[in-house]
Amino acid sequence: MKPFIYLDHAATTKTAKEVVDAMLPYFTEQFGNPSSIYGIGAAGKEAVQGAREQIAHSLGVQSNEIYFTAGGSEADNWALKATAEAYAAKGKHIITSAIEHHAVLHTCQFLEKHGYEVTYVGVDENGILKLDELKAAIREDTILISVMFANNEIGTVQPIEEIGALAREHDILFHTDAVQAYGQIPIDVERCHIDMLSASGHKLNGPKGIGFLYIRKGLKIRSFIHGGAQERARRAGTENVPGIVGLGAAVARAMEHMEQRAAQETALRDYLIERIEAEVPYCRLNGDRKKRLPNNVNFSFRFVEGESLLIMLDMEGICASSGSACTSGSLDPSHVLLAIGLPHEIAHGSLRLTLGEETTREELDYVIEAVKKIVARLRAMSPLYEDFIKSGKAEKQI
Amino acid sequence: MYSEKVMDHFQNPRNMGEIEDASGVGTVGNAKCGDIMRIYLDIDEEQVIRDVKFKTFGCGAAVATSSMATELVKGRHIKEAMQITNKAVAEALDGLPPVKMHCSLLAEEAIHAALWDYAQKHEITIEGLEKPKSDIHEGEEAEEEAY
Repeated sequence: MKPFIYLDHAATTKTAKEVVDAMLPYFTEQFGNPSSIYGIGAAGKEAVQGAREQIAHSLGVQSNEIYFTAGGSEADNWALKATAEAYAAKGKHIITSAIEHHAVLHTCQFLEKHGYEVTYVGVDENGILKLDELKAAIREDTILISVMFANNEIGTVQPIEEIGALAREHDILFHTDAVQAYGQIPIDVERCHIDMLSASGHKLNGPKGIGFLYIRKGLKIRSFIHGGAQERARRAGTENVPGIVGLGAAVARAMEHMEQRAAQETALRDYLIERIEAEVPYCRLNGDRKKRLPNNVNFSFRFVEGESLLIMLDMEGICASSGSACTSGSLDPSHVLLAIGLPHEIAHGSLRLTLGEETTREELDYVIEAVKKIVARLRAMSPLYEDFIKSGKAEKQI
Repeated sequence: MYSEKVMDHFQNPRNMGEIEDASGVGTVGNAKCGDIMRIYLDIDEEQVIRDVKFKTFGCGAAVATSSMATELVKGRHIKEAMQITNKAVAEALDGLPPVKMHCSLLAEEAIHAALWDYAQKHEITIEGLEKPKSDIHEGEEAEEEAY
């Protein structure tokens, strides 16, 4: 029988059983609207407050600084658009990085169409933000710096503390998209001078469709959805009570086991990296070797194309992802891989494997054998590989 | 997203490989866009395509269209091979997703490029055949920077 090996935890994760169990009563018996005065309404309100406190505790912040959203993308949109609006009198310049998630990049492009200026700071070959470039980009009218905590494709963890210090020094607000980092690695909001932080439930074994934005007390920030007085009148709409309860449970669970899980995943990650580097010729590890999320592995295999690789892995029962154009729905490969300086055809041949708490070494052994076999097969089909071998360059590079 | 036929040709590509001393070889596409297709033709004195092989760097659709294109031209006279359009290749595969239609165009171009090479070598003119416009040099340059 074909196995099922899920190595796409950066895309989404399985909702943990205890999270589902925590959520279930809020669909049925405890279905009340938290805004209602009677018993089941109050129960919902209490549950929402409980989750808010769990999350606030995980970041060392106040519970009234946590605002629930429908996910990471909404939190990013809110942080950028509402800050832009509220601080327009101070200036209309925003700084971000070239490797942000599209939820930030496309929001920046939207703001550019509405009279704002955006500077996209570059990264080095490992995907680490260039701090000197960031420093040089700061202007009198800069109102916001938004840099992701860790990258979703190549797992690079950014120098958030240094960025936060720069922002604070220049009295600029600092937002970080922590969708990939939250629950994976420790985040110290105070030390990093983070003013706003986006996170999502389904990346840490919580449900989909729920996330939050942390907004430091005292910030001017406009309502994102207008209507009722929910979320301190800043995000209207009846609360997604089961989702919020699930998010709270997932956060509590993730925080409790974070250290142990990170150690386990880091060991497996490095084992996978080491074996692929040793056993698959002409590959390149994308992203920083050390400043990297515990669960992220991203390789480029020369002369092969990512979508073909994914289809063949799927046929072997392995779920993975790629930054090739064919998987991005455009003709260009991933903006992240291009930003770290990969030429197009190397970027087309990328493979992202993101581990989870249930990933085992045996699974990785199977994956390594599959990758070796598939890469060899695709290279045998590749005119680029044929030219490379015939050119005699191969011998020089071994 | 792919039809069963596309998946079949992707998993079991027909005529994959090289032909030594081929009558004509054509390479089209460019690595920048993630697709390169090479077709080898073995053409006899009667101008019939006796054998055909392909090599492709590209997505599932690119591999499947290459494979199908080789099946469609094998055993055909070069004049018949000239009539095979990208639409015919896509139809033979029970269709392609809209974003992948350019892959079938590449297959048609690869056959034309190989026929052009054959015509050049034999100093003949094939009716309706124009000099191929695609080339892979852009991609090759980029490759040099990488490693």
